[in-house]
Amino acid sequence: MQALQILIDGFAISSLYALGALGFTLIFGVSGVLNLAHGGIMVVAALIGWYSAGELGLGTYLGTLVGILAGVITAFISYLCVVRPIQRSRAIPHEETEIFVLTGTLLLGIMIQDGMAYLFSDNPITMRPLISGVTHIAGVRTPTNEIMIAVVCWVVIGLLWLLVNRTRIGKSLLAASMNPRGLTLLGFELSRIYLLVWTIYGVLAGLAGVLLASFLGVGTTNAGDLTASAFSIVVLGGLGSVSGSLLAAYIVGYLETITAYLIAPTLRPIPALLLLVLVVYVRPQGLLGRR
Amino acid sequence: MIKIARSPLLWFAVIAIAVAALLPLWVSGYILGILTVAYYYGVFSMAWDLLFGFAGEVNFGPTFLIGLGAYGAALLDNAGLGVPLSMIGGTVAALVGGLMLALPALRMRGPYFGLVTLVAVLILQNVIVIFAHFTGGEIGMTVADVLSIDTNVNYWYALGFMVVCGIILFGLSRSALGLILQASGQDPIEAQALGFNVTKHKLAAFCISAIFSGLTGTMLVFYMGAASVGTIVDISIGVQIIIAAVLGGRRTILGGVIGAIFLILATEFLRPLGQLNTFVVSGVALLVILFFPDGMFGYLLRRGERG
Repeated sequence: MQALQILIDGFAISSLYALGALGFTLIFGVSGVLNLAHGGIMVVAALIGWYSAGELGLGTYLGTLVGILAGVITAFISYLCVVRPIQRSRAIPHEETEIFVLTGTLLLGIMIQDGMAYLFSDNPITMRPLISGVTHIAGVRTPTNEIMIAVVCWVVIGLLWLLVNRTRIGKSLLAASMNPRGLTLLGFELSRIYLLVWTIYGVLAGLAGVLLASFLGVGTTNAGDLTASAFSIVVLGGLGSVSGSLLAAYIVGYLETITAYLIAPTLRPIPALLLLVLVVYVRPQGLLGRR
Repeated sequence: MIKIARSPLLWFAVIAIAVAALLPLWVSGYILGILTVAYYYGVFSMAWDLLFGFAGEVNFGPTFLIGLGAYGAALLDNAGLGVPLSMIGGTVAALVGGLMLALPALRMRGPYFGLVTLVAVLILQNVIVIFAHFTGGEIGMTVADVLSIDTNVNYWYALGFMVVCGIILFGLSRSALGLILQASGQDPIEAQALGFNVTKHKLAAFCISAIFSGLTGTMLVFYMGAASVGTIVDISIGVQIIIAAVLGGRRTILGGVIGAIFLILATEFLRPLGQLNTFVVSGVALLVILFFPDGMFGYLLRRGERG
């Protein structure tokens, strides 16, 4: 019985992790940026979504959409105000751009965290689930919301796969991750592609944030942990590998759930961290990494 | 020799140190306390700059090394080893931890290295919390011995320590090792082609950074008389160190001191803003990165070079 519960809970949280990690990998693969403000974007989406659903009285569905929009706006701010100026800056030597972008996004993440804490206080909030009620799966009582989250995550992942593999725009994204210069030679506007990637990223991160708020609750103090778990998953799976991130998300999600259920909830993040250390020592390019 | 004596930088530094040493005569104990912490942060930033500005490796978890030093010393002192041995023990712990971190981390390029250092801090944080029985967990632990109870004496300890570390680190940066590190950081392939063992030199830089960070961590723990996750290991502390080094100017070593003093003082005086003071400081740091990537000190130095 508990095994089934672990299976279901683990699946839900892993799907959520997968969504967040996917956005992170996407941005790294195409834009070359490790966005350390990732957790911040999720938190913004969650808090704004909660605020508009509750205080502004927009109701859960509209609130969720507003939250996702807030995520997209924050992603844009990250790109247009921090990442792009640093990448284009002539004062920074070329080799150091990566490092400065990392530091810049880290600072932005902190600004987001503290700014949100100032506006909303750092108490964690939960959003009303989009679908309330409980379902029984083979005798295990599961909130329907959990099932819906897993379904939504996979639908979005599926849509993303369709976009990248079957549409012209999506294929240009894939090409941009492989050879940006070659792409410009073919006449594609790189700046538009980057804007598109950051928009998609904003939607993914925003959605993950809002869903997390309805599942486990989100507070400004989670921003750092969310970023940390996203890149742990991505490093585990292999930077730049989408399937690696998905696989790693499920490994981490299940490891955490099993630990929480069978050992102790407080030790939740430990096995994933240990696995990460192991991978770093033994196979630094991650499970399925190619770069 | 005469050339050094004529150097404006040297005279500026000597005057600044003299003024700083005499500050306890005019300034309140409160400000002295803030400056004491700022001086220790200055050493953290200088050690960080050696790794970042020179070896080109961004260490997102300087608090991993600091935490090992501080907690190592605290645990040893509570076991009864006394201050000097505990400080040595703590520094050794930091060095060992640094080596264990550096060996796999240096096999990776840029972003991987940074991420691994960040993970190291997370692991240390979790280990401290799990073994709360020994380490006091999130509440922290206290040490029986302190360096001194007198504010002035603590201030002079910190100032003296910072000056000595500054001289050593600055000297290292201007030495052959520093030049090789710069080359390794900016163009590792060319440096290797010239016959320098890039990995060995980066490892050396990491060890030096670890030794200084760990030692300063022990000084900090014996100054505050306590160690806790929130004051020593937390990622926000690491970020402050990074901000201080970048604000001051990367690749200058001494800029770290200026940056740390500015940062700590600014955070103190912005305290009335409450939650927003970190926001403002991070915002300023971000603006500096965008518009003055060389930092305050670096900007002055580079202007001098070009002018």
